[in-house]
Amino acid sequence: MAITFKNVTKRVGAETHIHETSVAFVENEFNILLGTTLAGKTTFLQLMAGLEVPTTGEIWFGGKNVTGVATQKRNVSMVHQQFINYPHFSVFDNIASPLRVAGVGKADIERRVGRVAELLKLTPMLKRRPNELSGGQQQRTALARALVKDADLVLLDEPLANLDYKLREELRDELPKLLSDRKCTVVYATTEPTEALLLGGYTATIHAGRVTQYGKTPEVYRRPADLLTAQVFSDPPINTTKVTCQAGRMVLNDQVSWAADGPAADLPAGTYLMGVRPHFVTVQPTTPNPVAIRGRVIISELSGSESVIHFNLDGLSWVSQSHGIHGLEIGAEATFYLNTSHCIYFGENQQLMAA
Amino acid sequence: MRQITKFVPALYIVLLMMPIYWLINMSFKTTNEILGTFSLWPNEITFDNYIKIFTDPVWYTGYFNSLSYVTLNMVISVSVALPAAYAFSRYRFLGDKHLFFWLLTNRMAPPAVFALPFFQLYSAVSLFDTPIAVALAHCLFNIPLAVWILEGFMSGIPKELDETAYVDGYSFPRFFVRIFIPTIAAGIGVAMFFCFMFSWVELLLAKTLTSVAAKPIAATMTRTASSSGYELGLLAAAGTLTIIPGAFVIYFVRNYIAKGFALGRV
Repeated sequence: MAITFKNVTKRVGAETHIHETSVAFVENEFNILLGTTLAGKTTFLQLMAGLEVPTTGEIWFGGKNVTGVATQKRNVSMVHQQFINYPHFSVFDNIASPLRVAGVGKADIERRVGRVAELLKLTPMLKRRPNELSGGQQQRTALARALVKDADLVLLDEPLANLDYKLREELRDELPKLLSDRKCTVVYATTEPTEALLLGGYTATIHAGRVTQYGKTPEVYRRPADLLTAQVFSDPPINTTKVTCQAGRMVLNDQVSWAADGPAADLPAGTYLMGVRPHFVTVQPTTPNPVAIRGRVIISELSGSESVIHFNLDGLSWVSQSHGIHGLEIGAEATFYLNTSHCIYFGENQQLMAA
Repeated sequence: MRQITKFVPALYIVLLMMPIYWLINMSFKTTNEILGTFSLWPNEITFDNYIKIFTDPVWYTGYFNSLSYVTLNMVISVSVALPAAYAFSRYRFLGDKHLFFWLLTNRMAPPAVFALPFFQLYSAVSLFDTPIAVALAHCLFNIPLAVWILEGFMSGIPKELDETAYVDGYSFPRFFVRIFIPTIAAGIGVAMFFCFMFSWVELLLAKTLTSVAAKPIAATMTRTASSSGYELGLLAAAGTLTIIPGAFVIYFVRNYIAKGFALGRV
């Protein structure tokens, strides 16, 4: 079911949690809400679930205005970041509870719970209580309860955030598979850009209670509508610097300039804000004609098989992310290679000009 | 060193149990033995004291009266405190924090302050000398306590549990009875224990608001002398029996009492 926000705002007291928002989330797709903590993701989900009522505006499910409709009548399901289960129910009863409330027959309950438990590998734990399970199993139980009832709208509020990374990767792979064969709209809130890219579908970037952009995930990633969206959708943070376009060349400073081709080809002369994702600033060249820049290393850290190096160039702090282990000494001058074919250019008003 | 770690707690327990032992010891003695000789255990065990309590209506109705107003009070206090505590834990409303604190200030006035107005009021509405009168009077300090304890336990339950239940289709009353109350069962047990404890040991209001028909055991017990002189053995037996319900209730909430003393906030 398509879910549409029409001029929705949400204020609590003097605080505005959601600024006026109009978005139509695509039906039967994975929709991702990407934003930092406190950006308003949970409020969006609560509005969709009917747990909160918008201060102004309307929320529509398909062709129906559901603004004042109670949660119980919306046929939604939801999984929270914390592992929420009914502690005095067994895992079976936990999963069965939405069906029992809906008055589904006993045999039908057994069959549906059995099938979902099988999918989520919970079959051996059905008789246990939630507090006898590991964190991953508890969250699987919560997921099973959300999946068992054939909801039109499945809301997932950072469901993997409290899991360790192995379990997170495992469940992240399984989730789209579990949801792919059913007709439901999924809204998945996350703080991690990587997660949004892995899950695909559509992404809405949220910043301080506003949806800055909504579109296909790769599209939002490659062509962010404005600087804010690019910042929300980048981890480590995107590098931004002023560049000037003159006489067919992009000029960074006195030493560094390059031919304005690729995304910059059609830019009129002028000054722009250029955004470069950290993995396009590398220790070793990754393209045949990279642009070399030199900077002073501030921090050098290794994360897995990648090196993240912060360096200073013309008073601006840059982040570079390269494959392999590159131990650079702090304070040393080093050369970094800029892949200019993936730079994003924003105008004076921070709106996208070229990417 | 090993010896000391055993000896010190042993000494502690012996000292702690001494008065209780002495009470039980006395309850099996005759009054003559109590007054006449010093003996660490009864020279001549007698069950007459207990037989008297279980056969004489003056004594056993005392127990019945006490237990009935204590039970009534526990039920009233907890059933009134449950919705109140839920409101304090889940909603923000005008003056909620002041009201919450004000509840506890009810405990600051000594019961003696309320003895006279309660006596007059209950006499006027002819509730005087009934178990319900004492039960209602004890609500004055038990409801605030129960609200505080339950609020602590409820605030330990994330509000996402409520949301999950609504999303699953539970209506509010169904959620409250089927999901929420079982989830805070330990808290309810602790709140009931505290209500029991304060109501069971409170003497002043219980004595003031009753005369004959609803006279509590503690009032009967403090009548030290009777027509047949001092009956110390009988009083000791009554005292022993008075400890038992408390010990019984403590057994059930032993794992949660510390949390209860912290008003659920651990």
